[in-house]
Amino acid sequence: MEVVVVALAVLALLALVLTWSAGRLDHLHTRVERMAATLDAELLRRSAATLDLATSGVLDPATSMVLADAAHRARTVGPAQREEAESALTEALLVAFADDAQVDTLDRDAEARTLVAEVATTSRRVQTARRLHNDTVAVTRARRRARFVRAFHLAGRASVPEPAEFDDRVPAAFAR
Amino acid sequence: MGGVQAHIRDFAAELGSRGHETSILAPADDEDDLPAGVVWGGRPISLPYNGSVARLSFGPVTAGRVRRWLGAGDFDLVHVHQPDSPSLSILAVWAAEQPLVGTWHMATDRSRALVGFSGILRPSLEKVAARIAVSEAARTTLVSHLGGDPVLIPNGVHVATYAHAPGWDELRAPGGTVSFLGRLDEPRKGLPVLLAAWPAVLDACPGARLVVAGPGDVDEAASLLADEVRPSVRFLGRVSDEDKARMLASSDVYVGPHTGGESFGIVLVEAMAAGAVVVASDLPAFRDVLAEGTAGRLFPTGDAEALAGVVVGLLADADARRTLRDAARRRVPRYDWSTVTEQVLEVYDLVLGRRVRR
Repeated sequence: MEVVVVALAVLALLALVLTWSAGRLDHLHTRVERMAATLDAELLRRSAATLDLATSGVLDPATSMVLADAAHRARTVGPAQREEAESALTEALLVAFADDAQVDTLDRDAEARTLVAEVATTSRRVQTARRLHNDTVAVTRARRRARFVRAFHLAGRASVPEPAEFDDRVPAAFAR
Repeated sequence: MGGVQAHIRDFAAELGSRGHETSILAPADDEDDLPAGVVWGGRPISLPYNGSVARLSFGPVTAGRVRRWLGAGDFDLVHVHQPDSPSLSILAVWAAEQPLVGTWHMATDRSRALVGFSGILRPSLEKVAARIAVSEAARTTLVSHLGGDPVLIPNGVHVATYAHAPGWDELRAPGGTVSFLGRLDEPRKGLPVLLAAWPAVLDACPGARLVVAGPGDVDEAASLLADEVRPSVRFLGRVSDEDKARMLASSDVYVGPHTGGESFGIVLVEAMAAGAVVVASDLPAFRDVLAEGTAGRLFPTGDAEALAGVVVGLLADADARRTLRDAARRRVPRYDWSTVTEQVLEVYDLVLGRRVRR
């Protein structure tokens, strides 16, 4: 009798721990998805802000062309080339705002100031969003690797989350 | 040096010989790489652009350099080349207060982004008072992108230099000498098409020789040839302007097997001036230079078999070669620098509203 009670107690505890662990992992997966959506939204905002700036006429035409091309590409490529295109946009922004003088000049014009500020804000937010996303991915992947989680297949059919790999540097002039 | 750079250098020399002062602004990786008299416009940046990695000149530092050059120069007129990519040219158009003339060399593939955002370039390009296209192909693209009615003025060649070039006896062969000039590893220059045609030519004309000039990996190019054909092909590597003229003057037939991307074909004119009979792909620009096949022969682009047939026919028929050579000789004066420079100066006159010619 006593043995049965203990066994039932152990099973109940195991069920509780399993449910709790599965729930935790599920939350992590949901969080990864939410962060991925946030990152995607920030990237779209950055490319939109870059396009606005490039087509506004406040920059020289060469810089405008490079930025418009990179931003347009980032918005239109397929998922397989997305990270490469976002890195290219980052690189274009780094060259376009390579020196503070450029930002200072633009700062004197009200329209330009607003447009540049939006690119600066979205560039910074893209960087933060990517880091948060990749951090969540790392935590989730570590959790999935835990022996207990693997033994009971707690991850189920949820796909292994991948970190976002692209250049997220922010031009120094924007880091204010 | 690319074709556009050579064109600008030669045109500046022509202007200088007519008593005009010129200053050239150009990009280069290293300031010391530039020929004397060319002002350094900055280091180009490699960046993905329009679907491939391009060497671009842009950014605030570059724009500043262009502005300083324009400010210090006291120029009457600024002539920009191919101002539709992120380059010193478009920056000069943007910053210049002087009257502007622009030359379009290429039938460019337009940036997909810019098709949707033509507002970026239009205000600048509207400042260009006179637009010149070097070929019908370049003109067609220019019209389709920007509309209007650009002037057609071809690229220039020093006809006399080629017409009087000394021969290169070593290159001559009893069965006839066929030559090619262009980057070996640039597929659009079409060397593989010519090498594919060569065995059939050699079959019909056993004593013939093929001379290939241009930079690139010779071993890689030669690997396209069978061992028994290899001895009939001579690779010269990169050649000087003098050697190029000598090579062309010693060729019975010059082949331009390009498969695309050419909007003029200056080398065909040089070959014609040197007295070689030209056989070229039927690209629009080449049809133009060869007067629809009456000043040289055309073959369907990329068709090695057809190319072999045309070359064999010409090597076997001295009369046909003479007829084509005469027709080419009558054709080339319109490409001579004396003619071309006069035409450009005429455009300058009209833009400035006065006579600049002396």
